[in-house]
Amino acid sequence: MSSSRDNALAKAKPNVTSRGVDRSGFLGGALATIAVLFFLLPLIGLAARAPWDEPGRFFAAPIVEALLLSLGCATAAAFLAALFGLPLAMWLAARDTFSRRLVRVLVTLPLVMPPVVVGVALLAAYGRNGLVGGPAADALGIVLPYSIAGVVIAEAYVAMPFFVLAAEAGLRGFDGRYSDVAATLGASRWWRYRSVVLPMLLPTFAAALVVAWARALGEFGATVTFAGNLAGSTRTMPLAIFVALESDLPAAVALSLVLVGVSATILFCLRDRWLPRGRSR
Amino acid sequence: MVHAAEQPLALRRPWPCRALTLLLAATSGCRDAASDELLVFAAASTHAPMRAIAAEFEAAHPGLRVRVHVAGTPTLAMQIREGAPADVFVAADERQMRRVTPDSRIVATNRLTIVTAANNPHGITGLADLARPDLLVALCAPEVPAGRYARQACERAGVSVSSVSDEPNVRALLAKVALGELDAGVLYETDVRGQAGVSGVAIAPGHNVIAHYPAAALSERSVARDFVAYLQTSEARSRFAGAGFLAP
Repeated sequence: MSSSRDNALAKAKPNVTSRGVDRSGFLGGALATIAVLFFLLPLIGLAARAPWDEPGRFFAAPIVEALLLSLGCATAAAFLAALFGLPLAMWLAARDTFSRRLVRVLVTLPLVMPPVVVGVALLAAYGRNGLVGGPAADALGIVLPYSIAGVVIAEAYVAMPFFVLAAEAGLRGFDGRYSDVAATLGASRWWRYRSVVLPMLLPTFAAALVVAWARALGEFGATVTFAGNLAGSTRTMPLAIFVALESDLPAAVALSLVLVGVSATILFCLRDRWLPRGRSR
Repeated sequence: MVHAAEQPLALRRPWPCRALTLLLAATSGCRDAASDELLVFAAASTHAPMRAIAAEFEAAHPGLRVRVHVAGTPTLAMQIREGAPADVFVAADERQMRRVTPDSRIVATNRLTIVTAANNPHGITGLADLARPDLLVALCAPEVPAGRYARQACERAGVSVSSVSDEPNVRALLAKVALGELDAGVLYETDVRGQAGVSGVAIAPGHNVIAHYPAAALSERSVARDFVAYLQTSEARSRFAGAGFLAP
């Protein structure tokens, strides 16, 4: 499905969504409904267990502290993933060679590895006894484990594949002729990229960024293993939820609902305001 | 293309019904098989002795299969409260056990110990050393029994330990000490025994905290009560002792 065809469809019949359901028929509609319920029911179940009679538990100071830390670290990790991931995605999408195929597998590996193993691997590389962590600590005084920087690194490692793979898919689907036309009009390479390629692909990159952010926000295993769990400095929401689950289920449910609610609101606003505007450009 | 795909699917409509019937048959089949099976939920630290005890109990009860499901005590307690069909629960924490049932028996106890890298390179001799500023020390989170007991022990010793990370469970703490990312931590004696890459340093008996391991029969089946009774026999006790547990 190319984006130009999408646009043509949208013009021919504004209500693309209902048309999509019509096409899939009764069975498709039923399966889609089951899919929605599949996602929705656990959330309703969670909400049913929440301590609604004690609203103070949703706004306790440790919750706010962990939430702000989570949002900050996930945002930093997502932008870090984009900063290094976008050039990588461009290189991967440019041609199909053996080395690129190898690198693509490498980028995909964090998706396969259990996050706790990612944490151990990060320690083995950047920890106190790690391949580069030891020399870095001795020479530069940089210590990542048990620090906020460690949280961001762990989240970026897990989230970056989502950004790179989504951005690369977008770049591959891009019709290079737009850029070629700009070249015939005398646009330099940089100018073509700035004024043709980037604006057309902005929605894709934004979506890739959002997916990476969402993954970073929910990160648990790599964070607790690499950065540890200390209130105020490395205890993000998923860590606070996991520890609360060990002793106080209602507290864990309250924490989870706050995380789900805040992230759902942010995702909804981004989809509504940011992405469609990018697409119409 | 879309229409072509729709036709055969519409013709084969009954297949989801058949699949559902099969699924129901399969799950109800599992229910039937459970009658000669004893499901034991056991705290992670009791894994080795429980496996041996389960094998011995099976040998004494021909036709019975004892399945031991091992996880952290809070996880097990939550699963049981959410309806997991456990016949027997062996917990590492009396509080969690009380949330499940008021009727339990202590079958083993465990002591705390200090864990260090192999051969104790920093020369740690007791809890007082854990306050040394040159050491990276962590405890389990206070929400976890091992973390609660460790803090009690430090309090008794009059030592204020600043944990660089409140580890979510004893395994995570043990792994970080073994990896050299922590200099020391406090966990159970049974966690350290037989582990490569770490050493244990004893805590003074006056400061140590004893963790009690209660067991309870959760189902009405007599074999569940028999199993809990078996856990209190000298055979079972020697299995616990072999893994480093103390007698109740």
